[in-house]
Amino acid sequence: MIEFETVSKTYPGQSVAVADFSLVVPSHRTVVLVGSSGSGKSTLLRTVNRMVEPTSGRVLIDDEDVRERDPVALRRSIGYVLQHGGLLPHRSVLDNIATVPVLKGTPKRRARTAASELLERVGLDPKIGRRYPGQLSGGQQQRVGVARALAADPNILLMDEPFGAVDPIMRRELQEELLRLQAELHKTIVFVTHDIDEAFLLGDEVVVLREGGVIAQRGTPAEILGAPADDFVRDFVGADRAERELHITTVDGRSIAVDGTGRPVGVLAP
Amino acid sequence: MNLFLDALAWLTDPAHWTGPGGVPTRVLQHLAITFAAVTAAAILALPAGVLIGHTRKGAGLVGAIAGAARAIPTLGLLTLLGLALGIGLKAPLIALIVLAVPSVLAGAYAGVQNVDTAITGAARAIGMNPRQIVFQVEIPLAAPVLIGGLRAATLQVVATATLAAYTADFGLGRYLFSGLKSRDYAEMLAGALLVAALALLLELLFAAGQRLAAKRIAAPAHEKGAAESDSPREKEPV
Repeated sequence: MIEFETVSKTYPGQSVAVADFSLVVPSHRTVVLVGSSGSGKSTLLRTVNRMVEPTSGRVLIDDEDVRERDPVALRRSIGYVLQHGGLLPHRSVLDNIATVPVLKGTPKRRARTAASELLERVGLDPKIGRRYPGQLSGGQQQRVGVARALAADPNILLMDEPFGAVDPIMRRELQEELLRLQAELHKTIVFVTHDIDEAFLLGDEVVVLREGGVIAQRGTPAEILGAPADDFVRDFVGADRAERELHITTVDGRSIAVDGTGRPVGVLAP
Repeated sequence: MNLFLDALAWLTDPAHWTGPGGVPTRVLQHLAITFAAVTAAAILALPAGVLIGHTRKGAGLVGAIAGAARAIPTLGLLTLLGLALGIGLKAPLIALIVLAVPSVLAGAYAGVQNVDTAITGAARAIGMNPRQIVFQVEIPLAAPVLIGGLRAATLQVVATATLAAYTADFGLGRYLFSGLKSRDYAEMLAGALLVAALALLLELLFAAGQRLAAKRIAAPAHEKGAAESDSPREKEPV
């Protein structure tokens, strides 16, 4: 469980990035922080592994203040996936994945064997383990990034717009891969994105942020889509967008869902 | 042209290739003092340059030191040191170290500072401590530029090490000074040619070393055959 207790962050010489943010992320759940740039979502994520120290307030992991923990040990205990993979370009894919276990003292050989298994787990051919990040496609790099985050078997995964830089088809595949992995692994995931559809797809719970880390609404995707708290949320989730307004029409005895523009989008299951 | 032929004749005279004043001995002496000066400069300047590049603090200091050190005339410094320290190798060695430090410092500092902050940031976020970031990420990625600094320093030192003969009977500079004194211009030119050849040789060695560092350490992805059995650039479906 991760708890944000009235977390504020002000960067020197800049306006307030986050003010009085409080949230509980329950264990084994995926919570998505969604907001446009300036909403402080990445700042909040980075307070969990002490990449950012709050100006005031506390972040607790399983009731322990992260400030009591050694930052290096804390970061090794938390999986972290970044937008551009953040892989080390001078190390092979296997060595990249094995980085944290090796830092923690696992013998290199065993760490590499485990890394090879992880490659399969994230849907990659173990053969690419000998390659270097520069030789992989963007989507492959992101998968390697996920494998690296899982290598030390952390309870918590922090994901900072991990699929933001890949093309839409690849993104969709990566999202589904993450859902499949999460169904097996039950990690506590904090996921940051600016894409509301991604948030609704991945989040057990979604937190919509306005500027300065103010929570506009939190709830399950259905709750937010069904009852947007205000105009900001309504606008952000596109509740008024034609493709969100579905109607049912009956064609040849089957119920067809049609969106606001009259375009059929699916068939109701009998 | 005549002088050039005389120099060649001097160089091919077997008498000049033996004994304590012979070419092999002088070349080795010259290499030894070059190596000593660059090594000392590296010990002094590499850690400082890496540290400044890593913390990104004190870049102005590097500029000031490098600029000031470059403005010092080596011959003037050598004369001053020679007067203070007397005859021997100490004075030229110190002067050559002063000459080598700015290049080594600038190479280390620029190399480390230019490592993409996204990469070092990621290394920190997954739990590398500052020491591990320096030794496992920044120095390997900076290796080609870092070696470039050593290369520039070596080139300057090997050319300037002729000045060691100013205060000591040491190195290839001896041919220049004695040739000048005895108006044996063939000997002078021969000495100069030897220094030039030595500089060229070291330059080629360093260029190869730099390429190797780039291929093997900093960017192995671009090395041919990095993925032995299957072609590395083939794009496969994910």
